[in-house]
Amino acid sequence: MASLSFDLIALQLFAGLALGAIYVLFAIGLSLIFGMLTVVNFAHGAFYMVGAYVGVYILALGGNFWICLIAVPLAVGLFGLAVERILIRPLYGRGIDYPLLLTFGLSYVMVELVRIAFGKTGFPFDTPEVLQGAVNIGVGYFPLYRLFVIGATAAVLLALWLFLEKTSFGLIIRAGARDPQIVRVLGVNVARVWLIVFGIGTAIAGFAGLLAAPLQGVSPEMGGTILAEAFVVTVVGGMGSIGGAVLAGLLVGVVVSMTSLFAPEMAKVSIFALMALVLIIRPQGFFGRAGLMS
Amino acid sequence: MNEITQPYPRAQALPVSWFQFATKHRASIASLVVLVFPLVMPFTALAANILIYGLYALGFNLVYGYLGLLSFGHAALFGTGAYFCGIAIVHFGLPWFAAIALGIAGGLMMAALIGVLAIRTRGIYFAMVTLALSQCVYYLFYQATDWTGGENGLRGINVHVIDIFGIKLDFINPLTRYYVIAAFVIAAFFVLSRILASPFGAVIEAVRENETRAKASGYDATLTRLLTFVLSGGFCGLAGALQALHLSIVPIEILHYDTSGVVVMIALLGGMGTFFGPMIGAAAFLLLENLVSLWTVHWQLVVGAIFMICVLFFPAGIWGTLISRGKP
Repeated sequence: MASLSFDLIALQLFAGLALGAIYVLFAIGLSLIFGMLTVVNFAHGAFYMVGAYVGVYILALGGNFWICLIAVPLAVGLFGLAVERILIRPLYGRGIDYPLLLTFGLSYVMVELVRIAFGKTGFPFDTPEVLQGAVNIGVGYFPLYRLFVIGATAAVLLALWLFLEKTSFGLIIRAGARDPQIVRVLGVNVARVWLIVFGIGTAIAGFAGLLAAPLQGVSPEMGGTILAEAFVVTVVGGMGSIGGAVLAGLLVGVVVSMTSLFAPEMAKVSIFALMALVLIIRPQGFFGRAGLMS
Repeated sequence: MNEITQPYPRAQALPVSWFQFATKHRASIASLVVLVFPLVMPFTALAANILIYGLYALGFNLVYGYLGLLSFGHAALFGTGAYFCGIAIVHFGLPWFAAIALGIAGGLMMAALIGVLAIRTRGIYFAMVTLALSQCVYYLFYQATDWTGGENGLRGINVHVIDIFGIKLDFINPLTRYYVIAAFVIAAFFVLSRILASPFGAVIEAVRENETRAKASGYDATLTRLLTFVLSGGFCGLAGALQALHLSIVPIEILHYDTSGVVVMIALLGGMGTFFGPMIGAAAFLLLENLVSLWTVHWQLVVGAIFMICVLFFPAGIWGTLISRGKP
């Protein structure tokens, strides 16, 4: 196997990190929403898909990719706020399954609306001109856009970390995740906090969809596949844990990338094998609290 | 205090409400409805579809309604049943009854495989893990092209004549086909009704209602969950096998996430945790789907919206809302 040099493996590792970055962004939103609201957002894939299509729409209006980077999370986040306020809020306190079922129905509606607006078939999404080409990263040439994805993900993570750890609102969010009742007793409007958390989570999903669009193209079904894979990420990392989502997201990306190098036909199945392994050895995931799973 | 120690007074012969009557004879009533259904339903192929999806939802409801675990991976059980039945006929040339038996076995086996992993998680995680594992099954069957036909689906499941001890039934005739399928569905009604009425059926509901108490009473909650999931796999495998015979083809979409979603919608629409709910849900869902798709290709929009309205305003479903009046 002379062709499998160290450089090739290192390059594939980087490709895996870029793929993992998308998983990280997707899973973080999912985890943030679950950690606070105990809502598993089955429409998260649909928000991700809508993010990519909002990007398509802005580009068609004559905007550029940099405007998209700001406008897409804003638009998708605002939509998320409306969804939480109108559809999910009436379901709090009615059992943990109901918000899940509602968002599941919502994902059908969102996918079908996008099909009506943009057509049933997907299309490619051009990589912005400045980010085309490849750069030498020491072990070989690596697509610039993928480096940008890794960088953008790191920036979002840093911003989210600063927001959660260094602002007073972040403090309320963390306290609310631990014990919403006490936070409510202290006079905090928890409903508003939940609303904003849902908005942030969906905004990040939209952002992830936009970042993924040049890599995979856009199609109304693009959210369905990543949803199942993101569930693997959250199970492996531990649900509700942001650190777990980051580590597991990158790990899943690298596992997919490596198996597609060594055994391409097993690439899709490999991450589910990883999840099965984690479930057998450590059912609560890397960073999950024991007992949260049960 | 004495009230507790005294023997429980014998129940007086209260007038039996229609609800109690329906519960007692649930399997017979459901069978009767199934037998006369083609008389009111002009499209027999659709009626057969309703039976098959109703049976699929019946198996799903055992896990969701009675055990209280939301599974988003039942397509794997349904699809494995269909593929096993199809493979038995296409690749091994087995007779139809052996193929159906293999379909049931496939459903049971897949449920055991998924169950062993998924049962380790509870609540909301169960939905996520079952979804992920069924996605894994989808890819496996997709890639085993030699056996499953991959993207094109498994073609050539041609059963024209059903031979029962020398009596030959024309399986191409839609009405005969309906009644052959109905025979299996009716058998499933009686088996399910018996399971639910058995002590094990009581344990299933005990685990749903209060796991700690069930454990304290000496029942193994984990084993109960696994067994129920596997039983559910048997019903779904049978439904899948009948679907393979009915369609003469197993499309790969049968394992898709959407097939798992459809059964959740059917169970909720009909009324989860009720005996008649799944069948009523299947009839309502498929009729709705057919009607809406006559009018627009975007039927998923309408179906998704109706599902959301159901979750928000009628969580008990059609049958559940009806019987809430008949219950004592």
